[in-house]
Amino acid sequence: MTATTAGPAPTAQLRSGRGPISFSPTYLALDIRRSLRNRRTLIFLLVMPVAFFLLFGGGYRNSDPAAFVYVMVSMSVYGAMIATTSTGAQVSVERSQGWTRQLRLTPLRPTGYVLTKVASALVLGIVPVVMVLAVGAIMGANLSLGEWLAVGALSWVCSLVFAAFGLFVGYLVPAENAMQFIGPLLALMSFFGGLFQPLNTMPQALQNIAPWMPTYAVGLVARSPITHSGMTPAHVGDLVLWTAIFGIGTALLFRRDTSRV
Amino acid sequence: MDTGINTATGAGAGLRTDRVGRAGTGTLTPAIELDGLVKRFGDVTAVAGLDLVIRPGEVVAFLGPNGAGKTSTIDILLGLSRPTAGAVQVFGLDPVSAVAHGRVAAVMQTGGLLKDLTVKETVQLTASLFRDARPVDEVLARAGITHIADRRVAKCSGGEQQRLRFAMALLPEPDLLVLDEPTTGMDVEARRAFWTAIRQDAEEGRTVLFATHYLDEADAYADRIVMVRKGEIVADGTAAEVRAMASGRTVRAELPGATSAVQATLWEQPGVTSVELRGDTVRIQCQDSDAVLRYLLNRTEAHDIEVTAHNLEDAFIALTGEASASSTKTNPTGSKS
Repeated sequence: MTATTAGPAPTAQLRSGRGPISFSPTYLALDIRRSLRNRRTLIFLLVMPVAFFLLFGGGYRNSDPAAFVYVMVSMSVYGAMIATTSTGAQVSVERSQGWTRQLRLTPLRPTGYVLTKVASALVLGIVPVVMVLAVGAIMGANLSLGEWLAVGALSWVCSLVFAAFGLFVGYLVPAENAMQFIGPLLALMSFFGGLFQPLNTMPQALQNIAPWMPTYAVGLVARSPITHSGMTPAHVGDLVLWTAIFGIGTALLFRRDTSRV
Repeated sequence: MDTGINTATGAGAGLRTDRVGRAGTGTLTPAIELDGLVKRFGDVTAVAGLDLVIRPGEVVAFLGPNGAGKTSTIDILLGLSRPTAGAVQVFGLDPVSAVAHGRVAAVMQTGGLLKDLTVKETVQLTASLFRDARPVDEVLARAGITHIADRRVAKCSGGEQQRLRFAMALLPEPDLLVLDEPTTGMDVEARRAFWTAIRQDAEEGRTVLFATHYLDEADAYADRIVMVRKGEIVADGTAAEVRAMASGRTVRAELPGATSAVQATLWEQPGVTSVELRGDTVRIQCQDSDAVLRYLLNRTEAHDIEVTAHNLEDAFIALTGEASASSTKTNPTGSKS
């Protein structure tokens, strides 16, 4: 229709306020609600990190309070990591269901989808952090308020690495079973990165592998408010580097995915 | 709402400002304009130079067998894929802008729904992605799915999911609605309900393009039928015109001693599209059976003459079938394979 088109179809004519949009809070809220509805996700979020904490750290409760806190923070990191990675990896399922294609028939920019997934991952990542720290507090972990807050905030912020990792895997793996592949991978990375037990209790060979795991720096940085070490430029740089690697990998795969062929 | 076709004269409307989609040339911008559209996937040519103009307000059936290039064309129209060559405009816009401005919406054949959301949540979510979407309850009602608003998508039947996709497509109040084989997998009742909703909507002036391989749907619901075969348009017109275009009628006669000279003479009669000679029997496909009959009765010894009219089904087979390219002279598709 042209500028000289008259009268009819008025709702269709004046659309000056329209155009692409970058983010929708409603979409984010519904995406989170959808995740919380999934029983498997709830087990990942609520049950597993706490169970692992009790399993690996429960024995230190009275014998070695420092090790107890070490495992507590590690498990809060692990929980956040599972939550963010699995949420990021949902793109694999949503791509296979044609949802990302459907979104391209709306004004939402393709980057808006990725942004929503990252935000959703980070919001869900708060849940296991709070759960594990609350259980730790109930069981008598003795930290100052500042330490609680710092440890919680760092566990959570560092999980951004894994939101990026999840997205990367979600765009890499075409099948619906990304999580089957991610679960064991995360467990291995956590074990070799020293999240499940203090590194100095592990054989030297494993201690040598640990720094190559993205989980290693995350653990050190998250525990730094208590250990007063670990928050070094090298380790923070390490985290930034891992986030950049997964972020750039995601960006490349995303471009391949959304390019119009 | 009017169809918009007869409205290109209002002088005062020039004052309207819409930042996009108004060419300002003084003529009505087509809803769809495809110009020499080509789409190749490696060695396979899905769309082989398609020219098509659809005017606002038309309800057009895009008819053709599987692999004719319908879905490839629709994907390009919606900005989901890019043409290898040629130009595409939707209300004078490139397809991606047309989608972003809510001028065009689509009901795709499968997929595109999140199984663990409810029907209403799906519509709410989609509505939040448009700047000024219609109210959620309104589109649910228009698509006839208010009663299943709280049902999980996974628990909806194929027809219900299709009406959900329709509800989602209504949100931006699009000027053009594209439907890709929308009733696949629906039972007769669901198909009728779906088309009733679409048709009611089209009466308010919306342009509709639907791909289908159901001839009865094209016949019943379209103002215009565009038939495609191997990526090219083989027929374009009303259902009646397309029916006639295929091979209006078949004239069958006993013609003892017919020679190739007689065959050549028949071939030259006006409107004849094919002449087949088998023994003493001649089969003539033609537009104007009266002329052929007059010729046969006046100039030949023909007897036992039969005339049969063709329905849309025959037209479809004649125009889109494998054999059509070699047996008809009006068919423009002879260049390919």
